[in-house]
Amino acid sequence: MLEVQDLHVYYDAIHALKGISFSVARGEIVTLLGANGAGKTTTLKTVSGLLRPRRGSVGLAGQALEGLEPHEIVRLGVAHVPEGRKIFPRLTVLENLKTGAYSRRSGSIGEDMDHVFVLFPRLKERSRQMAGTLSGGEQQMLAIGRGLMARPKLLLLDEPSMGLAPIVVEQIFETIQSINREGVTILLVEQNAAIALAVSHRGYVLETGCTILEGRSADLIHNDLVRQAYLGG
Amino acid sequence: MDLALSIFFQVLVDGIVLGFMYALIALGYTMVYGVLEFINFAHSEIFVIGAFVGVEILLGFEASGSLAMLHPAFVLLVVLFAGMVISGLAAMALERVAYRPLRGAPRLVPLISAIGASFFLQDFIRLVESLWRNSFYLSYPTLPSLEKSLKIGSAVEVPIKSVLVIATALVMLLALHLFVNRTRVGIAIRAVAQDPETASLMGIPVDRIIALTFFVGGAMGGVAGVLFGLHYSLINPYSGFVPGLKAFTAAVLGGIGNIPGAVLGGIVLGLVEAFAASYLSILTNGAFGAEYKDVFAFAILILILIFRPKGLLGEKVREEGV
Ligand SMILES: Nc1ncnc2c1ncn2[C@@H]1O[C@H](COP(=O)(O)OP(=O)(O)OP(=O)(O)O)[C@@H](O)[C@H]1O
Ligand SMILES: [Mg+2]
Repeated sequence: MLEVQDLHVYYDAIHALKGISFSVARGEIVTLLGANGAGKTTTLKTVSGLLRPRRGSVGLAGQALEGLEPHEIVRLGVAHVPEGRKIFPRLTVLENLKTGAYSRRSGSIGEDMDHVFVLFPRLKERSRQMAGTLSGGEQQMLAIGRGLMARPKLLLLDEPSMGLAPIVVEQIFETIQSINREGVTILLVEQNAAIALAVSHRGYVLETGCTILEGRSADLIHNDLVRQAYLGG
Repeated sequence: MDLALSIFFQVLVDGIVLGFMYALIALGYTMVYGVLEFINFAHSEIFVIGAFVGVEILLGFEASGSLAMLHPAFVLLVVLFAGMVISGLAAMALERVAYRPLRGAPRLVPLISAIGASFFLQDFIRLVESLWRNSFYLSYPTLPSLEKSLKIGSAVEVPIKSVLVIATALVMLLALHLFVNRTRVGIAIRAVAQDPETASLMGIPVDRIIALTFFVGGAMGGVAGVLFGLHYSLINPYSGFVPGLKAFTAAVLGGIGNIPGAVLGGIVLGLVEAFAASYLSILTNGAFGAEYKDVFAFAILILILIFRPKGLLGEKVREEGV
């Protein structure tokens, strides 16, 4: 479904991605692991069109994405839940969810909103509250729910566990798995390698802008390098 | 009833009229600031374009002899609507030509472009009117039905013109409120104002939303321009300068970027100015006259900038984060 090949991305003179390649098949959860600054967020931003690659290609089911505007990429079925949640703090929970559905022609927006409320009942209780006043965990739920409102085929998640208590992290990842079981393909970026490898099918390890390792998640858990660098030995 | 009370009431109405006019113009400054964090100093000329569209249509009606025959409500609707649409489109064109190419440039650059656009538009209107009418000082034709007054009780009279300004402004403000708060596009405007990058990730076409924001702000300014002409009659290409600065003051007073704040700031400023104009010389035994009223507006601007730069209702600073 997603095919990324030899991606090179620069921030002015900084060469942030130096030839990253990976793929995500329909129905998979694929995780990108890597230390701080490895280029994970940069990769997701390039897929969703916020950054332009200088070289390389991003293909979605055969269609080239590089060069398209972010809002056009959303329309093709890619939703990006950004690092740090980035909910709109002075919109209500309900309004935040509506922004997620912007690209769609009405239709079943109400149904989808109900579905988000089933996944995250907490959001329903707080639907009229300003999003900026939600707790960190609730904001993450809102960010994911808002992404789902676009009815994506491919969901990009950037560090959904950041800053959350372990119990909330577990809840969120259970929900991510059930979203995947409903047929949404997921590309997951995580610092928390243990949980990312537990829920994903396959993984890639990035280091300073390069893919250095790839494999089935079940195998990566036992890989020495992964164990040393990300799982604490 | 005594004279003092009737004067008080008259001043109050004048202040409210002025206040709503400032409020309508201030919305253009504040909405554009909301999405781009930049002051569109050419907005005062967008307002003047509205005033000139109004006068041209009315003079056209007059010249064709139809002004007296047409229903006054119809005439008013036509001029207000035309002023609104043409000013809105002018604001959109301005964004496209003078600001969009400078997106991402240092903050000072579009500001200078705005000041340049302001001068350009003033002299462009002057040129067009000079060629077309041989004069750029124009006056609105009198509409007899607007010259009457509503009597409230025995001592109080409210001119129909003032009622027109207040009623039109209220309708526009209500429409804007519903648009911004209840529609999908209105929510998108607020999302872009808070975080354009994330808005684009939601599938919101940010450039189009910014253009639309200019249209809406310009439309409000255009309506204000027509109302200004109908109420005060005399206009010229430079008529926007002082009201524009006052409306900008109103926007800062209410909290730049904040829509209800712009309305509140406009009303407060209009009232302060009207009361200063009438009572200053009484209160100071003639030492200060009505000509000092403008000092108040700008004294308020300076005090607000020093003591409460976020304004009365302001909280908006985009980088405040989540
Ligand atoms: N806007 C920017 N300007 C310049 N350099 C940047 C910018 N954003 C990221 N970088 C650099 O690009 C590299 C990759 O950053 P990126 O944010 O993709 O890392 P990451 O893998 O997501 O890290 P983390 O786990 O800390 O979120 C880093 O060296 C970073 O300093
Ligand atoms: Mg990151």
